[in-house]
Amino acid sequence: MSSTDRSARTSTAMIATPAIHAEQLCRHYRMGETLIRAVDGVTLSVKAGEFVALLGSSGSGKSSVLNLIAGLDRPTSGSVIVQERDLAQLSREELARYRLHTVGMVFQSFNLIASMTLAENVELPMRFAEVERGKRDSLAREALTRVGLQGRMNHRPSELSGGEQQRAALARALINRPQLLLADEPTGNLDSHTGTEIMNMVREFNQHLGMTVVMVTHERALAERYAQRLIFLADGKLVGDESNSAVNAADQAGVGGGRP
Amino acid sequence: MKLPDLAELAVRNLRESLLRNSLTTVGISVGVASLVAMLSLGIGLQQLASRRLMKSGLFDTVLVTSRRDLRNFGREEERGGPAPAESRTLDEPTRIEIEHLPNVLEAYPDIRFITELRYEDKPHLTTIAALPASAKSNDAFETVQGQFFSSDMAPEAILQKTFAEELLGRTPKPGVDETNVAELAAPLLGKELTMRYAQREAAQSAPSATAHDNAAAPGAESLADAAYSVVSRELKLKIVGVADLDPESMRGPTRARVFLPLKLAESLHVMQPTDLREISRAATDQPVYSSVSVRVNDPNQVRKVEDTIKKMGFNTFSILDASRSIQQFFKVLYAFLGIFGSLALVVASIGIVNTLVMAILERRREIGIMKAIGASDSDVKKLFFAEAGAMGLLGGVVGVALGWTIGQAINLGTNVYLKSQSFPPEHFWSVPWWLVAFAILFSFGVSLISGLYPAARAARLDPVQALRYE
Repeated sequence: MSSTDRSARTSTAMIATPAIHAEQLCRHYRMGETLIRAVDGVTLSVKAGEFVALLGSSGSGKSSVLNLIAGLDRPTSGSVIVQERDLAQLSREELARYRLHTVGMVFQSFNLIASMTLAENVELPMRFAEVERGKRDSLAREALTRVGLQGRMNHRPSELSGGEQQRAALARALINRPQLLLADEPTGNLDSHTGTEIMNMVREFNQHLGMTVVMVTHERALAERYAQRLIFLADGKLVGDESNSAVNAADQAGVGGGRP
Repeated sequence: MKLPDLAELAVRNLRESLLRNSLTTVGISVGVASLVAMLSLGIGLQQLASRRLMKSGLFDTVLVTSRRDLRNFGREEERGGPAPAESRTLDEPTRIEIEHLPNVLEAYPDIRFITELRYEDKPHLTTIAALPASAKSNDAFETVQGQFFSSDMAPEAILQKTFAEELLGRTPKPGVDETNVAELAAPLLGKELTMRYAQREAAQSAPSATAHDNAAAPGAESLADAAYSVVSRELKLKIVGVADLDPESMRGPTRARVFLPLKLAESLHVMQPTDLREISRAATDQPVYSSVSVRVNDPNQVRKVEDTIKKMGFNTFSILDASRSIQQFFKVLYAFLGIFGSLALVVASIGIVNTLVMAILERRREIGIMKAIGASDSDVKKLFFAEAGAMGLLGGVVGVALGWTIGQAINLGTNVYLKSQSFPPEHFWSVPWWLVAFAILFSFGVSLISGLYPAARAARLDPVQALRYE
């Protein structure tokens, strides 16, 4: 029903070819004698600029799908094509470059490096990308300012609240200007107030930077508030794919922060 | 990742677990120190040995003889050059010419003659040789009992120990070599010897200038010009020293039993065996030498000097091959010392492997994060390499300093001991700059090799698993 809504949403961002397309995606692994089908024949498409939530209980395979899209893991069979590149065909080195330039990731446990200050954490992907030393400082400063941490640049993660750490992680995810933001339970370790703060930021990146967002969560309410589309997984299989009418309506109304 | 970033991250990571990495680095330092200590001991010993050998005069001396000298037949092949009959005379101008060659310290004639010495009215027939003043620093005469000649013209004599025994009427017991030189010297020092010798005197009618010209143009002189007379003379000599030399094992100037100062011996114009053969040409005051010893400033230059003198038309002789086999010995010694020294470094390098493997376990999550945000396998690998290399480099520098300090301490200790045993101090220890460079590079290299396995392991780490691990 929502094809018109979606096209309306994406028209502001990009062309209608899918940013992500997974075809019969499988990720099986062995644990002792048993074969675990973490992802078992998932086929899905995400359009450029779309905000999609992957929902499911723990062990449903949603994080595994995210890791496959992120290029952190390789499928056992099937394919994941992101921006016309089949990740299964890329070499380890090419996958690293894909993660570096195309993907930004945030995690439930923030995953900042404890021994580094926020500025250094944010700078780290630029070191891997061999960005000039002179440019790195100002870019890191700019990114941290965007997430409201300009006063905390020289603090270590342990000196910050969870919300602040997740904001720093968002700044780091954006630093190399990726087209894809992958979030794995980004509010899982946060109280509802800070969680809302973070999710508003993610939505802002989606709407104003045109980033395609795939968020893994087990909270249906959160997904319904922010995602344009909800994809349900259970036992590694896709069990539901529905457009979120409330969000799409709000988007169409052009209100960004209309939700409570 | 670029090198400055790599170095910065590596140092940062090393500082994070300061104690563990410091201990590992100390381990490397000890390894490097033991390597440096062993090798510098070897080098020091070699330098000591070559200093000693230099002093012995064996390796820096070239013996020059005239090609006419029949005594040299069979000793060395004639390599081209003029035939014996046309070759040059080994006279004073030639000696001066040789002395002015590059790398030559001095050239002095070997004056050697057999004559009679009277001691307490008993005659003894023996070989007498002249010693240049430079022989004072020779190993052989450094340990002389009594003292060296007071001047180059002093009427003094140094005795070889067997001659001292002969004078005292003692016969050495066969097989027993432990002659106490000090005991021999005590009754002899300061005593008088009377030397009887035959002096050659030029005939009045032969002015030396003409004679010199004649030497350059043989055949032009008359027999009358060449005439000289032989006069019997006596000279009283004071015994100033007894040297502990084995006359058979030595060559050159030390192959005699009584020694006189060179200038004194020259002034005596003692009739020499060669004089008879030179009778037709050089019968003047201008002496002709049977052989001249040439001292070279560096044993490595001996061959060059020898070649130059050969081109001048003389025969030469030196001991080069012996020094080569000594160098061979030291190469083997180096190898052994190096292997033992490296053992500690091998142990230390296992320490590096251990530390880095520990670091991987500890930093599993961090490696996972780095990969998730775009670090490639090679970035991770290089980072661990850089950490290993930094530990190796630092360990190398500290180790060299440590090894040098140990060396100095042992040097000091040995010299205190030598002094207490009334031996002169020696420098056993030498740390040349190339050893410093080698030790640091070696430590760096070994550390990098130690880093191979941990780095490969870190690079292979699966980011999904690493991130799941809490």
